[in-house]
Amino acid sequence: MTPDQSLLDLSDTFFSVAVALYSVALVSFCAQLAFGRRPARTRELVAAGGVATPTGGADEAPTAERSRRGERWGLIAIGVTVLAALAHAAVLLCRGLATDRLPWGNMYEFATAVVLVAVVVYTVLAVRSPALRHIGVFVLAPVVLGMVGIGLFLYVEGAPLVAALRSSWLGIHVTAAILGFGIFLVSGIASVLYLVRVKDEAKPVEEQGTGFVSRLPSSAALDRLAHRTAVFGFPIWTFAVIAGAIWAESAWGRFWGWDPKETWSFIAWVIYAAYLHARTTAGWRGRPAAWVNVVGLVVMVFNLTFVNLVSSGLHSYGGV
Amino acid sequence: MTITAPPRPPAEAPPPPRPSAGRRLTGRLLALWRRLTAMRTAIVLLFLLALAAVPGSLLPQRSLSQTNVRQYFADHPDLAPVLDRLYLFDVFSSPWFAAVYLLLFTSLIGCVVPRAVEHARSLRAAPPAAPRRLLRLPDSGEVTTPLEPGAALDVVEEELRVRRYRVVRRDGRDGPEVSAEKGYLKETGNLLFHLSLIALLLGLAGGKLWGYEGSILVTEGQGFCNSFQQYDTYSAGPLVDSGDLSPVCVDLEDFRAEYEPDLTASKFTADITYGAPGEEGRPTTIGVNDPLRSDGDRLYVTGHGFSPTFSVTLPDGTAITDVSVPFLPSDQRTMASEGALKLPDVGAESDEQLALEGFFAPTGLVQGGILTSVDPRPLDPQVAIVAYQGYLGLDSGLPQSVYSLDASQIERGRLAEVGAANLSLGESLTLPDGTVVTFSGFQQFAALQYSHDPGQVWVLVSAIALLTGLLGLLLLRRERVFARVAPAPTGGGTVLTLASLTRGSGESGPRFQALSDELSAALAARAAARTRAPQPEVPPRDS
Ligand code: HEM
Repeated sequence: MTPDQSLLDLSDTFFSVAVALYSVALVSFCAQLAFGRRPARTRELVAAGGVATPTGGADEAPTAERSRRGERWGLIAIGVTVLAALAHAAVLLCRGLATDRLPWGNMYEFATAVVLVAVVVYTVLAVRSPALRHIGVFVLAPVVLGMVGIGLFLYVEGAPLVAALRSSWLGIHVTAAILGFGIFLVSGIASVLYLVRVKDEAKPVEEQGTGFVSRLPSSAALDRLAHRTAVFGFPIWTFAVIAGAIWAESAWGRFWGWDPKETWSFIAWVIYAAYLHARTTAGWRGRPAAWVNVVGLVVMVFNLTFVNLVSSGLHSYGGV
Repeated sequence: MTITAPPRPPAEAPPPPRPSAGRRLTGRLLALWRRLTAMRTAIVLLFLLALAAVPGSLLPQRSLSQTNVRQYFADHPDLAPVLDRLYLFDVFSSPWFAAVYLLLFTSLIGCVVPRAVEHARSLRAAPPAAPRRLLRLPDSGEVTTPLEPGAALDVVEEELRVRRYRVVRRDGRDGPEVSAEKGYLKETGNLLFHLSLIALLLGLAGGKLWGYEGSILVTEGQGFCNSFQQYDTYSAGPLVDSGDLSPVCVDLEDFRAEYEPDLTASKFTADITYGAPGEEGRPTTIGVNDPLRSDGDRLYVTGHGFSPTFSVTLPDGTAITDVSVPFLPSDQRTMASEGALKLPDVGAESDEQLALEGFFAPTGLVQGGILTSVDPRPLDPQVAIVAYQGYLGLDSGLPQSVYSLDASQIERGRLAEVGAANLSLGESLTLPDGTVVTFSGFQQFAALQYSHDPGQVWVLVSAIALLTGLLGLLLLRRERVFARVAPAPTGGGTVLTLASLTRGSGESGPRFQALSDELSAALAARAAARTRAPQPEVPPRDS
């Protein structure tokens, strides 16, 4: 069928709207950090509640005032993020309706969906534990950058799928890959922040930063966030790889052939497995494990960008 | 989560005076084995495995494309042989790649088998006795209740059983106590996961050893039988006996490609018949994403293209009619294709050989004398051909591509261009010596692939088991709960000490808090029921 042009145009409009709203949310998160009080310095134990909640010491009036203003900005930021995510989802929905297929048939749509998953995962977590709102800037900044990059470099017109992609495995394999990738994205960001935070916490209290860094959640909370999301993402990624192999068996004549995309998915899988192991092994806990997680994210991004754009493999018909 | 590794003797324990050489060797080996099966080694090996796979995706691989490897050799004549000696064009079948994964799997086996044995034992054994100082555990607390110790412990035991704990009650040195455990499935999942990895590797290896794959271009109306001589290219595992290939012959009856209005290919289907040689074939249709599966073998359509047909009439009147040759598509969107027709024995009296090199456009458009293709459908097929006469070099001993001429013969002047033309269907080109070449028609061909992989089902089952184990391993928690009672120091009642140990992801604090709140509530409910003795017993909470 010929795609519905007006719906495609609407999808593109939603894309711009989403980017604009994410930028507004980003600014609000910045305002929250700027006006908000920083979480208490007390090094809390890995305490109840999942995420460390800032416990104020002697609350002087100006601090309380600042804190309330910061909180208000945080709520605004979350609200705008939700609106942006709705526009973001509409980008994909309109594409899907216009072309009458799942809206992840090429790299533009795939990457857009991955970013959406990351935003949704983060938003759900931040709604549930307010301390995580302090990292909104660091989630939304990559999101805005990523969306702009996707719009500039990966954009393609909505079009029907090539024959090889017409299979119900598109819905299974690619959906799982999108979910896994989006979740790993949040996990990787948490590990990066963890590394920054841990470095700061290691300093004597007087020398610790007073800027953005000190307003991050505790390193323990960031580490837990990174681990929990990775634990959530790993089985999904495993499933995506297995489903890909099953699909390859019927589409390409073998279930595994070390095609570049297969190879890098395997590498990413091995690295995330190493992360989960490192997290439970003495001597690797903490910073080394976090680095492994960061490497995992770098591999995921490399697998999406370099492998699609530069190497030529069977996946390349996804279209750029 | 923490791993509480069993305390291991230091690798280099001070040797007793003058152990025998054999002892020393055993000691060394044992230390090496311990080192190899440590989790830390496994992590390093996992990294090595990831690292080892990298060149396999950055350099061309023979298993993926011989042509790309040849191209790389041509582009980097100095570097390529060095890389080749390091197996960098066959990474995934190289000895060093095998070394990494074999080490990893040895490590895995050494790590998992003892755990499996221990797990089997712990499945039968009762939960361990409570540690002496319960309050030292990270999650612990005290609850006081007016109930007497025995009754309080009864309540705890009941509540834990309702929550599917395995519970034992003991009279410990420090008072009556309860040990409870649940989440054995987590460890089962862990073992299943790691054992499935091993099974998966075995399946992969089996498939490589006993599997084979052959590819062939088949023009409509023609066919092939499953034997290595017939395939254009094939690969087979070292244990495949070429006499053992399934006796199957396949004929391609019809091939169809369908397109969307924007010329995106939407569907390829091939009508085939297949069956044992000499047998009446069974008809079926295969297509992209829809192979034929039969008796553990599979048949795929992996591509398609056009075979233009030519008729050649020699000056002496000999006619060679309708020779068809497959041209390989060089552009999938327009199906512009390139190929060559080689006629080594055209004339009886001359040793002149004839060849055509050409370009086929299913829907041609000639602009400024140049033919291009504008549509993948054969709406107006045209060819652009260049005719050569001379020596083709077919018997020179060097292998030649069937899709192009040997350029070196042209450079050396042994093969000379004698004419060129753009032809529509039915048109002819007359060469200087009077030979007439006619573009007489075209057919479609399908690229078919016949595959046999006996490990495939095994790998699939292992992969599913792996995922199942992984889910159990990651989602379940292993929890031990201990409770001990002692009479309250002041008057009647009981002090109940509670503690728990959790192994698994997630935070144990809130869960322990919830459990101890529920236990307190149950104790209070029971105490209340006691004081209101005449009333019927409060039914136990079911939660
Ligand atoms: C390809 C190789 C391997 C993969 C992909 C793999 C994967 C995993 C994963 C995902 C976990 C779960 C971690 C968690 O609970 O957070 C795990 C746990 C574990 N793995 Fe592996 N593993 C591999 C090799 C090994 C090897 C070689 C060993 C032994 C040296 C090993 C020993 C363990 C142990 C003991 C655990 C349990 C950790 C715990 O539950 O505390 N693994 N493995």
